[in-house]
Amino acid sequence: MNKDGNIATNGAHGTDQNAIAVRDLRKRFGRQVVLDGVNLEVPGAMVTCIVGPSGGGKTVLLKHLNLLMRADSGSIIIDGDDVTRLSNRALNQVREKLGMLFQAGALFDSMSIFENVAFPLVEKTDLSDDEIEARVRDTLNSVGLEGVDNKFPSELSGGMQKRAALARALVHRPKILMLDEPTTGLDPARTGAIHRLIRETQQKYGLTVVMVSHDVPQVFEVCDRVAFIHRGQIRLYGTPQEVTSAHDEIFDRFLAGRAAGDGAELGAN
Amino acid sequence: MVVADLIVDFGESILDGIDALGKFILFMLGAAYYALTPPYKPRLMIRQIRIIGAESFFLIVLISAFTGMVLGLQGYNSLRRFGSEGALGTLVSLTLVRELGPVLAALMIAARAGSAMAAELGSMQTTEQIDALTVMAINPIQYLVSPRLLAGIISFPLLTSVFDVIGIWGGYMIGVVLMGAPGSSYMNGIATYMTKHDIITGIVKSLVFGIVVIWVCCYKGYHAKRMATGVSRATTEAVVLSSVLILAWDYFLTAVML
Repeated sequence: MNKDGNIATNGAHGTDQNAIAVRDLRKRFGRQVVLDGVNLEVPGAMVTCIVGPSGGGKTVLLKHLNLLMRADSGSIIIDGDDVTRLSNRALNQVREKLGMLFQAGALFDSMSIFENVAFPLVEKTDLSDDEIEARVRDTLNSVGLEGVDNKFPSELSGGMQKRAALARALVHRPKILMLDEPTTGLDPARTGAIHRLIRETQQKYGLTVVMVSHDVPQVFEVCDRVAFIHRGQIRLYGTPQEVTSAHDEIFDRFLAGRAAGDGAELGAN
Repeated sequence: MVVADLIVDFGESILDGIDALGKFILFMLGAAYYALTPPYKPRLMIRQIRIIGAESFFLIVLISAFTGMVLGLQGYNSLRRFGSEGALGTLVSLTLVRELGPVLAALMIAARAGSAMAAELGSMQTTEQIDALTVMAINPIQYLVSPRLLAGIISFPLLTSVFDVIGIWGGYMIGVVLMGAPGSSYMNGIATYMTKHDIITGIVKSLVFGIVVIWVCCYKGYHAKRMATGVSRATTEAVVLSSVLILAWDYFLTAVML
């Protein structure tokens, strides 16, 4: 266990190749402490999965990394910028390096799939209509979606909506891609397909990927690093093999999927 | 200890109320600021003018016609007791232009377009579409609220004017054509007693009501809670609060401008 009380099982802390570095991040809502001194380093050009029991702080941590929330204290360094010290205007410049896939996709209901995917380019770039069309088609093809340009999100299956949302997150060629439980609500076959797509996309574009997931241990197949968050702290960090062989009681119980009675000890709400 | 807890709860509720009021005010100040700063969104504003204005047109025509007709009927019956049927045009037009036109038009638009606005923004909030805009470095207030605010400022006075004209016509149809009030007196009364101040009063009221309705409905939708009843609650609260504020502001503006 390191000096912060976190069990670290590898030497990823303090490397120079980190796309994201989180230091002593703290956040509370009213009297409830959600993040209690999180320390995490996300290596560049790798897939890092954040796993943990419900209520452990995974999604709140992700919302700090994608700049939807401001921490009470601590720092977050994204691609060299300490985002906790930036103004809202400066944060927008950092946001342009990020792509985000929300749990339910968050596609805009009133727009077609083409319009959804083109949206970041239309609003934030000076690309011509032809360039935008070419980029959108290329991105939709890369996620395995063809022929759905004129369909609306409600006309697509859950898996196809996730692919479309992934295309929208990638179309502006971000450096860092964040995914919030991308396989929630999907059957095992589609879950595997999405995992493979994430890995292929990460390799194709050289992305840094941060993914919150409930799909343990399946998600370990696509992860380079795993961070296990428990009661607002990173309890375990390392490669999937290191983490699963760490023989940490709490992690082992989480992995075994104990019943709700144990969930209270795991910090689940 | 029980008393202490009560005091703490009371204090927290006061602080929560002040916090909510502050957020409410900052929300609209933000929307107004972003409406006047680039990047401008004319297409979005025009789309909202269509939704708030053009798509409310038929409803306004319908409501105003019946309102004018009722005014003509009631007004004629009341004035006839005093032998003052000739004042019907003055009565109908001033009532509509100064009061019923702005108030009823605003209430109808709040019920139709305001509720839809709250529901749309609430649905976007609960499905993280608003968060998606933020993560894409697009200011959601500037993208979603400012165009609606500008569209409301443009649409409400126009629709109110339509309401007034159709209502006056409705009063004429019932009061003059059906009931037999003197037609020339109806029109002359309007021309003689309707002043610029009356018209300006009506327009100012419609502008204020437009800002209030857009403000409340957008705020409620934007801050809808992410739960099963979040959107429905936001929509209901938006319409109720808009309606109450329209009537409250009507009193204040009437008192100031009379």
